[in-house]
Amino acid sequence: MIEVKNLTKQYGQKKAVDNISFTVNDGEILGFLGPNGAGKSTTMNILTGYISATDGQCLINGIDILDDPTTAKKEIGYLPEQPPLYLDMTVKEYLSFIYSLKKCKLPKEAHLEEVCKLVKITEVYNRVIKHLSKGYKQRVGVAQALIGNPKILILDEPTVGLDPKQILDIRNLIKRLGKKHTVILSSHILSEIQATCDRIVIINNGVIVADDTTENLTHNLDGNLSFTARIDGPRDEVLKTVSTINGVDSVKADDEKEPGVYEYEIKVKESADIRRELFKRIASRSWYLLNLKSNELTLEDIFLKITMGMDVTIKSKKNKVSAANSAELHESVDKAVAAASVLGAAVQADEQKGGEE
Amino acid sequence: MGAIYRRELKAYFTSPIAYIYLAVFYLITGYYFCMANIYYATTDMSTTFAGIFTIMMILLPLLTMRLFADEKKQKTEQCLLTAPVNLFEIVMGKFLACSTIFLIGMAIYIPCVIVLVVLAGNISWAPIIGNMIGLLLLGMSFISIGIFFSSLTENQIVAAIISFLVIIFLYMIDVFALLFSGAISTVMASLGFYSRYIEFTQGILSINSIVFFISVIFVFNFLTVRMLEKRRWS
Repeated sequence: MIEVKNLTKQYGQKKAVDNISFTVNDGEILGFLGPNGAGKSTTMNILTGYISATDGQCLINGIDILDDPTTAKKEIGYLPEQPPLYLDMTVKEYLSFIYSLKKCKLPKEAHLEEVCKLVKITEVYNRVIKHLSKGYKQRVGVAQALIGNPKILILDEPTVGLDPKQILDIRNLIKRLGKKHTVILSSHILSEIQATCDRIVIINNGVIVADDTTENLTHNLDGNLSFTARIDGPRDEVLKTVSTINGVDSVKADDEKEPGVYEYEIKVKESADIRRELFKRIASRSWYLLNLKSNELTLEDIFLKITMGMDVTIKSKKNKVSAANSAELHESVDKAVAAASVLGAAVQADEQKGGEE
Repeated sequence: MGAIYRRELKAYFTSPIAYIYLAVFYLITGYYFCMANIYYATTDMSTTFAGIFTIMMILLPLLTMRLFADEKKQKTEQCLLTAPVNLFEIVMGKFLACSTIFLIGMAIYIPCVIVLVVLAGNISWAPIIGNMIGLLLLGMSFISIGIFFSSLTENQIVAAIISFLVIIFLYMIDVFALLFSGAISTVMASLGFYSRYIEFTQGILSINSIVFFISVIFVFNFLTVRMLEKRRWS
């Protein structure tokens, strides 16, 4: 269990972390979300005892990291933003070094083998770290954190620089580890946090702006959505028809994508679900709905909303769904809705904070 | 501490540093030994030892420059500082690893002494042992100074140059002491590395000098620990 109480870190005049408090319970996977420079790494560095806080307290399983650093550090496996690898060593030498550095008591050969299998680096075990690819280096970094089976894992952007397959591997690994360990995971990628974490803490400019379970954030639905539809039909009439659908806020035509086929950006009010109605209207006019894409909110949108209090511009993401495949469509829209809800919750938190001030 | 010691020692030999250091050290010691002892057919090794002072001033900062500067640059210090070891163990591990390389270099004096024993049959041991102790203490003082300056920067070259300048300053401090008078002059003169070291080469085993060098080693290792500690707070 990790308890962070009123943590502040000041670099000169700048407060990198400003009076943040949160708790991570045993067996929980906490996602630490924020843009670059929000204070994620600073917080993690304080938690692991690498740097000291200006003010506040960090308890690792009830032990203050400042009072008894050696005992507290034994409980933690840490993967910093840049994996701390000695490039001149082989993976075997490096992990053995970490093993003795952490004064690990587990049977050495068996433990190292187990960790290597877990993060899939067995095939590079005898190679010099310098010659490994970025993905392998990252995984050696994760392996290093796992040595000694620490109860708490703190992973700072563990999937940076990995290819999609490796990202998936690491995410699954983290989920598996979360069953036995308490995990704090930082990222600036929303979907990554959503895919792995039970709870999300959103941090911006050193301040926590949202702290809730993924589910709760999802339920507090608020915010506007948009769809991009590619429709085969006369442009002006399509515009007129679509704009009369109940729940449509505005619609505008984009470029001509194929001869006679335009893409329309449809903004809806209060996350109204217009998909079925849209399909019906277009079908009834004997036009064709070639493509329907729901536009997810990106983290940038959320932060724009939080930090500037302005309406977000909804950016499209690669979330194309064939109109005919309604199951997929549902899923994709659900995703969009979930993303929008995070925005809503964040905004609420922001407003709440504003109120307190 | 053991883990860090073993890693550092291995790192010296996986890079060319240890080989270059040892080769240069052996070469120059060999040169002094041949010129001073063999050529002049004497068993008095004080000239050989005295010459080594300057060589160590230049060579030892090259051994120590990497120790903390590189950790900082490669961000590997994060791994050391978040591991369940205290700072003293980290510094001592590195200090002892570097001292070991230095000792391996010093081992060249064993064959030198054997050659003298074989050629001359009878040598006086007291000055040789005194010299050895002096050189050992001097070298380890230089190492602790070098490690301290390595912990101040992430640039190895800067670390080496600053260590070198500080060591030169401590070497020349007797000369600077002449510029002052009274207490300052006395204090400065007593800090002089060279005058203390030269006592050993003359076969004088002074407790003052031994305590002086041990204090230097202690103070600089302590300062390194404080430096690492301080960095966490800044």
